[in-house]
Amino acid sequence: MPASAAGVTIESALAKTRGGFLGRLFGRGDEKVTGDWLDSLEEGLLRADLSVSLVDPLMAQLRDLFATGELKTVPKALAAVRETLVAALAGDVRLRGDGKTPRVILVVGVNGSGKTTTAAKLAKRLKDSGERPLLVAADTFRAAAIQQLERWAERVDVPIVSGKPDGDPAAVVFDAVSAATARGNTTVIADTAGRLHTKGQLMEELGKIVRVTARAREGAPDEVLLVLDGTAGQNAIQQARQFTATAAVTGLVVTKLDGTAKGGAVFAIVQELKLPVKLLGVGEKAEDLVPMDPTAFVNGLLPASG
Amino acid sequence: MFEQLSDRLNSTFERLRGRPRVSEGDLDEALRDVRVALLEADVNLKVVRQLIATVRERALGERVLESITGAQQVVKIVHDAIVEMLGGTATPLARAERPPTVVVLAGLQGSGKTTTAAKLANMLRKQGRKPLLIAADVYRPAAIDQLVTLGKQLGVPVRAVDPSRVASDVATIAASAPLEGRDTVIVDTAGRLHIDESMMSEIAEVVAAVKPHEVLLVVDAMAGQDAVDSASAFHARLPLTGLVLAKADGDARGGASLSVRAVTGVPLKLIGTGEKLDALEVFHPDRLAQRILGMGDILTLVERAQEHVDQKTAEEQARKFLEAQFTLDDFYSQLQQVKKMGPLGDLLKMIPGMGAMAKQLPEGPEAERQMRQIEAIISSMTRGERADPTVINGSRRKRIAAGSGTTVSDVNQLLKQFAEMRKLMKQFGSMAKSGRLPRMPGMPRL
Ligand SMILES: Nc1nc2c(ncn2[C@@H]2O[C@H](COP(=O)(O)OP(=O)(O)OP(=O)(O)O)[C@@H](O)[C@H]2O)c(=O)[nH]1
Ligand SMILES: Nc1nc2c(ncn2[C@@H]2O[C@H](COP(=O)(O)OP(=O)(O)OP(=O)(O)O)[C@@H](O)[C@H]2O)c(=O)[nH]1
Ligand SMILES: [Mg+2]
Ligand SMILES: [Mg+2]
Repeated sequence: MPASAAGVTIESALAKTRGGFLGRLFGRGDEKVTGDWLDSLEEGLLRADLSVSLVDPLMAQLRDLFATGELKTVPKALAAVRETLVAALAGDVRLRGDGKTPRVILVVGVNGSGKTTTAAKLAKRLKDSGERPLLVAADTFRAAAIQQLERWAERVDVPIVSGKPDGDPAAVVFDAVSAATARGNTTVIADTAGRLHTKGQLMEELGKIVRVTARAREGAPDEVLLVLDGTAGQNAIQQARQFTATAAVTGLVVTKLDGTAKGGAVFAIVQELKLPVKLLGVGEKAEDLVPMDPTAFVNGLLPASG
Repeated sequence: MFEQLSDRLNSTFERLRGRPRVSEGDLDEALRDVRVALLEADVNLKVVRQLIATVRERALGERVLESITGAQQVVKIVHDAIVEMLGGTATPLARAERPPTVVVLAGLQGSGKTTTAAKLANMLRKQGRKPLLIAADVYRPAAIDQLVTLGKQLGVPVRAVDPSRVASDVATIAASAPLEGRDTVIVDTAGRLHIDESMMSEIAEVVAAVKPHEVLLVVDAMAGQDAVDSASAFHARLPLTGLVLAKADGDARGGASLSVRAVTGVPLKLIGTGEKLDALEVFHPDRLAQRILGMGDILTLVERAQEHVDQKTAEEQARKFLEAQFTLDDFYSQLQQVKKMGPLGDLLKMIPGMGAMAKQLPEGPEAERQMRQIEAIISSMTRGERADPTVINGSRRKRIAAGSGTTVSDVNQLLKQFAEMRKLMKQFGSMAKSGRLPRMPGMPRL
């Protein structure tokens, strides 16, 4: 997908709240900042799931500037907020492990966040860019998780290696990496079972998958993508902490941004864990995965004008 | 992040203690902490405002400000307000006078509908009912396979609909269920966005065709602020009769569910507590309220303390806490007492706000080594130093370190820990002693 088209997709997918709550904040371009306006801005940021621990200091700063007369017009205030938020999200969106054979990507996260769908969409993206991806169905736990990825593999026309129900997921990934080497696949994308970050045993299982993957190819996995549900609230931060501790997460994917939720919880994660958001899920179709574009993402929270 | 409400309130109110009169402004400061705590628990902003207003009014009415246990009282008032919003008592599932009883599950993508459908079939089956599952998600890859697999595990029949006539098929299969000896029909539908007009019409058609007795919205316990908007949109299109809170077995506070309940008025009926098919429970409002507040399991802790701590010593020490006379000698004997109550980590986990600290605690031999080190450091102090650690300056620290075979940083660390412990025990001691802790049913873990 050309970059410009992707930009349009994110913009339009993320812009749904504009007509609603935040849209009301931005009537005319020369509007004066008022106390009420600042309150509405604060409300908008909190309603987008930005952590109160980030919003409070940001608003305190804006209120100070307002009180000293340095912040007068709405466009200026918005520009300041946008700049802060966009800067917070700056990061390298390229996938790691370019040139490694095969490059190994693990897709991890809590239950139902969108891992399987993301793995399939990512396979399509890579295939469209000329790579030879291999999908790996390593969720041997959830009912029909393997069939789900197999259907996706057919749909996006990418080969797949599947585990058996109740099989050892680490062994599946290990075998797939060897198979990829033999078959000349350039990237291995392994879908793992959903697990809550609080479940010690399941997290240990994930730790094992990571360790065994390293035995299949030195330095692997190249990329451990944590898939976060864009509708998630503050718990996403705990998820990111725990998955990073166990599986050395290297990048984030935020899904379901085609709804009205804006994924604002990710700001606290990026700030604390210094992880880049690499991809955004903006729908249920194979092509609904786009690279992170901080400006577009923030514009989903704040209107573009002003 | 995730700082616990009662800890914060305690420190806010601590600052207020000793003043002749506490102003409304002081209460408002405490309520700002409540606001932050509720937002961190994902309670919707609108609902937070409403809750704060209610709590403020009641707190003033109850003269909280003149009370030494004001912090605990505020927590109790917040707790009660949350329980009210969650809808006092558990609401049972409807049952048709004439079978079949029909239940439709609806919700956003990945919230837990299919799993909940199977769990509900299992729950009803155990009660002697004869459920039938209908797989009406014709969109998600392998959604039907998923339900069929789960049905097989349970020995519950599963029927799939024809993608070209979802609504009418659901109605036909449901109507004929009693002929197959099935008295309850559970319909699993596709995940959908509330703003997806064609998908919302699809489910509205299903509901219109099958006329269910229950339309349950499955909400993810990890959901954030948007949950209220999406649930309201579902409610506008479907006659929702109940909410299911799925994935409540993690550490999400589940404030979004409270908000959905408060805004839509639809009662929470069931709660999902795991991936396995027996992990579905009837919903208890008070437990969720404590979880949203981050109350930990204060009551269990207090009970454990009462069992194991020598009452007289405890009272004596509690008195010292309150009078700020707690010394390092007391600290040492406290450590011994706490050791008797069980592994320190377990105990700390039960104290609101201490979960993170518990994780950093050493276990086994390392813990014992540290205990011995603490003992050595304390016994290298003079009596005066033990009574008033504030006199321990730099050169005294060096002397104590040399005397105990430790380093100055070990001594610093102990003194720091002591200061923290003193703060913590002060709260704990006064709660345990006065019994003025709000009486709430213990919450094992949701
Ligand atoms: N609207 C929308 N739906 C999505 C998106 N990504 C995934 N989904 C849907 O979310 C649901 C769950 O997605 P899965 O990919 O199965 O999630 P998962 O993380 O693999 O789930 P488990 O393996 O059960 O933990 C499915 O219905 C997907 O179609 C997205 O970006 N937008
Ligand atoms: N830990 C835990 N996981 C759960 C619970 N309920 C569901 N899950 C998991 O959440 C994921 C999604 O559940 P599904 O039942 O497939 O969700 P769904 O709403 O049917 O998803 P779509 O059909 O794609 O919209 C699966 O991995 C389930 O195993 C729960 O109470 N606790
Ligand atoms: Mg999956
Ligand atoms: Mg489903």
